[in-house]
Amino acid sequence: MTDQIIMFISQLFSGLKIGSVYALVALGYTMVYGIIRLINFAHGDFIMVGAYVLMLTIPAIVAAGLPAWVAIVPAVLVCVAVGIIVEKAAYKPVREKGNSMTALITAIAMSLLLENGAQAIFGADFQTVPTIFHLPSIAFGKLKLPGDTLLTIVLGLIIMIGLQLFVKFTKQGKAMRAVSEDKEAAVLMGINVNSTIALTFAIGSGLAAVASLMYCAAYPQVSPMMGAMLGLKAFVAAVLGGIGSIPGAMIGGIAIGLVESLTKAYIGTITGGVITSAFSDAIVFAILIVVLLVKPSGIMGKNEGEKV
Amino acid sequence: MLEIKDLCVSYGAIEAVKGISLTVNDGEIVSLIGANGAGKTTTLHTITGLVPAKSGSIVYDGHDLLKTHANKIVTLGMAHVPEGRHVFTRMTVQENLEMGAFSLKDQSGLGKDLEMVFDYFPRLKERRRQLAGTLSGGEQQMVAMGRALMSHPKTILMDEPSMGLSPLLVKEIFNIIVTLRKEGITVLLVEQNAKMALSIADRAYVLETGRITMEGKASDLLHDEKVRKAYLGA
Repeated sequence: MTDQIIMFISQLFSGLKIGSVYALVALGYTMVYGIIRLINFAHGDFIMVGAYVLMLTIPAIVAAGLPAWVAIVPAVLVCVAVGIIVEKAAYKPVREKGNSMTALITAIAMSLLLENGAQAIFGADFQTVPTIFHLPSIAFGKLKLPGDTLLTIVLGLIIMIGLQLFVKFTKQGKAMRAVSEDKEAAVLMGINVNSTIALTFAIGSGLAAVASLMYCAAYPQVSPMMGAMLGLKAFVAAVLGGIGSIPGAMIGGIAIGLVESLTKAYIGTITGGVITSAFSDAIVFAILIVVLLVKPSGIMGKNEGEKV
Repeated sequence: MLEIKDLCVSYGAIEAVKGISLTVNDGEIVSLIGANGAGKTTTLHTITGLVPAKSGSIVYDGHDLLKTHANKIVTLGMAHVPEGRHVFTRMTVQENLEMGAFSLKDQSGLGKDLEMVFDYFPRLKERRRQLAGTLSGGEQQMVAMGRALMSHPKTILMDEPSMGLSPLLVKEIFNIIVTLRKEGITVLLVEQNAKMALSIADRAYVLETGRITMEGKASDLLHDEKVRKAYLGA
């Protein structure tokens, strides 16, 4: 293999890795949107909450002789609790009294509350998360892939497939689909709509916690605003894939990850230095605009004639 | 037995149901007829808890339905086939039917219940793997009725089952309602097609702008001069 091909493949894997993180976050956006037609702008900040929990609990967990990744347990628990509290305390009352616009503004308010709350508690500076995985790189000839990259991709894949099976075949998963499509009919079937919505938030927030573990394994820094850009890109991924669609969120997340990684690596060379890798975020958002123009419902989306 | 007393329902300032009382005895087909906007659908929605009542009472087999959570009412043996079918369009026919059994604690009889529904509606068996949204209106009505049957109801509330269907299909659907009654299921039937409804019902109530203006044996109402003029087009 030539060095160029090796470089290309390792860029591909790095794109798959960050794409898996985006996909996990995008799943949270898409599931919540699917069930209550709300873009949960606070969802990206759930990752930040998870990251702070990791930062705070890893030292104690390591001191207790356990591997650092066990911190995923408290991270998931806290994120699930935050997700359910945000739903019950903020979104549910607004949903019952207001319209979709008030709900959207409430979501933005929740995002600001979490970001500024974190800033008040932890300060605005970046802080370091202890090393989470101590995995050796795996070599394929001259190609060396970091262990945490492969782990992120595999774990992401397992979670996505598991989620798809859950929604498709389990009783609770079917209840989620029923509520997402027709709340009145779902009630008549005997489904508790509010607890189904809470379950959706719980799953979405739990996935955000997993995403924060994978993200912090690769970029071991936390800050109050870290969820904003990550969340925004995952939101783009969800829209790209077709918001409301679980396979769409996966495809969208992976696609955004690949585009980002490959543009970062090659855009400078391809354009002869005119566009530099600093533009990779701009390109991600340019893709969103193009998708919205060409196929507003996204790759896997259904035309519903109702858009945010 | 279902007993409604002095029921009032409002949407904001608009009073949709203004103090109605009605009774459905076990094993009866009772029809609620009236023009568009008379409050028929609102009445059914209030019975199954989709809409809150302002005052009055609804008691079903000793249970106060106004104090029962909407999603628990189906567990009391009351199923509701809503106006406009409300099938889950992105689920298959079979998944729709399985959703009907959601409230049953024991899911082991699912296969047998599906066969029971397919006996009533053989067409659904052919289409069991098809998405419900791709079915015709008549087939969707069958899915909605089959879905209700999957919950082992003692009473079924049916809202406009004939809406948008061909005369042939309407006949088929009404034949099944008669069969269901023979099986011991009580039916409260809301219909704009008053002639069909009165022809199969035991008793009927006429609802006009939120009030019951007439009630009696269905066969009597069918021949009543006022009913004939207002609702039967004769």
